[in-house]
Amino acid sequence: MKIHGHSTYEPQSGFTRWLDKRLPIVRLTHDSFVAYPTPRNLNYWWTFGAMLALCLVVQIVTGIVLAMHYIPHVDFAFASVQRIERDIPYGWLIQNMHAVGASMFFLAVYIHMFRGLYYGSYKAPRELLWILGCLIYALMVATAFLGYTLPWGQMSFWGATVITNILGALPLVGESIQVWIRGGGAIDQPTLNRFFSLHYLLPFVIAGVVALHIWALHEAGQNNPTGVDVKKKEDTVPFTPHATLKDLFATSLFVILFAVFIFYMPDALGHADNFIPANPLQTPPEIVPEWYLLPFYAILRAFDFNIGPIDSKLAGVLAMFASIGILFVLPWLDTSRVRSMRYRPIARQFFIIFVVVCVVLGWCGGQNPGRILVPATFSATLNWTQGGQVIEQPVTSQGAAQWDEAEQAARASLTEQGAGMTAVQRAGADRGTATGVIGGAVQTRTVTAHSVDELEAQINGVTEEVGQSAPFFQVERRIPFTFTVTTLSQIMTAYYFLFFLIILPILGLRETPGRVPDTIAKPVIGGEEAGAS
Amino acid sequence: MAEAQAGAAHAEQETTRRDFIYIAAGSVAAVGAAATIWPFVAQMNPAADTRALSTTEVDLTAIEIGQQIKAMWQGKPVFVRHRTAAEIASAQRDDFANLKDPQSDAERLVQADGQAGRPEWLILQANCTHLGCVPTFVEGSSFGGWFCPCHGSDYDTSGRIRRGPAPRNLDVAPYVYLSDTSIRIG
Repeated sequence: MKIHGHSTYEPQSGFTRWLDKRLPIVRLTHDSFVAYPTPRNLNYWWTFGAMLALCLVVQIVTGIVLAMHYIPHVDFAFASVQRIERDIPYGWLIQNMHAVGASMFFLAVYIHMFRGLYYGSYKAPRELLWILGCLIYALMVATAFLGYTLPWGQMSFWGATVITNILGALPLVGESIQVWIRGGGAIDQPTLNRFFSLHYLLPFVIAGVVALHIWALHEAGQNNPTGVDVKKKEDTVPFTPHATLKDLFATSLFVILFAVFIFYMPDALGHADNFIPANPLQTPPEIVPEWYLLPFYAILRAFDFNIGPIDSKLAGVLAMFASIGILFVLPWLDTSRVRSMRYRPIARQFFIIFVVVCVVLGWCGGQNPGRILVPATFSATLNWTQGGQVIEQPVTSQGAAQWDEAEQAARASLTEQGAGMTAVQRAGADRGTATGVIGGAVQTRTVTAHSVDELEAQINGVTEEVGQSAPFFQVERRIPFTFTVTTLSQIMTAYYFLFFLIILPILGLRETPGRVPDTIAKPVIGGEEAGAS
Repeated sequence: MAEAQAGAAHAEQETTRRDFIYIAAGSVAAVGAAATIWPFVAQMNPAADTRALSTTEVDLTAIEIGQQIKAMWQGKPVFVRHRTAAEIASAQRDDFANLKDPQSDAERLVQADGQAGRPEWLILQANCTHLGCVPTFVEGSSFGGWFCPCHGSDYDTSGRIRRGPAPRNLDVAPYVYLSDTSIRIG
């Protein structure tokens, strides 16, 4: 429901009266940020919008300055960023503000989004408000990815290579899209040039969508921690000074954290490899995105198996896009009519697990996917024959199709001659050599290891030790199920999607909401103005 | 009079001149919009000078047996490997091993014009078919070939995928022998 009906703005001077008749911009500002009624029970989780607005301004202002000194050329990009850091007056400060600013932007947006999830701010009548927010987030991800390429370090180059390769996984059009985006066969000058152009453009698109986001917010009115609609004027306080000062205080704390990073650990959130200039001939030992994209990277890599006709690579790509795409339809997935999880005792527990899952996914994204989390024992048994008399005979078959028969026949013939063990080495489609050993002592050895690589090394070690004199190796490998980072990512990815696709839709229909306290359900405060919420 | 006629025609749901003009104008506008968008989308495709870099010539005399160089072709690295007799033998022996992407060593040596290659020279695109990293030679490989440090794909001495997440063998770069001692890639 709308409470702010008529504008309460009254121009005080002759000039503002003149202006108000022609361009009522002061009236708009007054109605939006001064008189705008805001629920009196908003808590500090509602202050992140202000921080995000600040972040966008900081990124645009510092970015415009950086663009005055940055050179989008493969030979000069890396050096120009170093020059900004060292030679440009206050370049170090502005460059650090921009780089750290990206991380702070994402930190704030994640808290802002979790706030929306917890208090049901995406439900009617705020669906479009939420979708516009999701759109802003998607644009932020794209902008951050493009911007990360610009310093042209190793991680910039290889991150861009991996992500554009991912697009190549799309069926039919994938390869054309990949070449179209890169402007060539590989990440090179055309790519850097266009990424710079688009990185400059997108923040202004974001600013435009932010304007729509705020418009939609002011039309539907703010949600509040109880999720109960504001019912009358007494439930609200004017935006200024109440919300303004509260936002200012919270933003000050945020700026202090921002400053701590800028001045004391500007590179703590980046990757050391990005201080190595891009080299298309050498891949860094591991390629990881910035911390704020790690959960999606974990989802991408969780798919190491094919799903029917969809191969693992494409499945990962689809899941990664779906994990953001699903947020757009959330208003229609959550069937509960209760907004705030304060009054949804079961949903709240699933929500807390969801937050933990997102953090764990982030951790997984930064780990080597093959890393074994639960120690397992890999073992192999090797059999061979020591001594004895080796006999050899050629094997030939009519064609490749008859090879198995010929092999069986050769083995049988050797066994008839008294060979204890036989082996066949194929040299071509229809020829090979069968060897057998008569007599000799059968030797057995078992090796154990903690990983596949270690096991193979052990087997190779034994092979070398025993040498060529005993070629009758039979290696029986026992590879147990191993719980790796990938396994963990798979479980976490499953929860991520289950939360939206199964838990929220079903829980909303079955859950009994908690009772709304009388202090909320019934107005206890009279008509008079109380202090800040 | 004319208005009255138009009104009557409209009431009878007949097609009027105005309907025709709307549809015609709309169609022309749609074609115009598409024709305008086209160049703005197409400009992002590889430029003529980028496409002109599509061939690279490599002199083979400088590469000793057991050595490999990385040549740049269309901005991408290409392995030009001078294989040892042991590597060739191992590659040919494994033609019938259990392969994820079955291909014989001889098939991987075929030149772009369809003629057979020479076993000692293996010309491969140096990007892992998983996500495009550049594999290292021998270091870490259990098959004596290439090993990708990113996600652990392991290739043999013919560049065939033997273990790990990569879906395909290392792609063979299209090449032809210009003479006994030089090749052209692309």
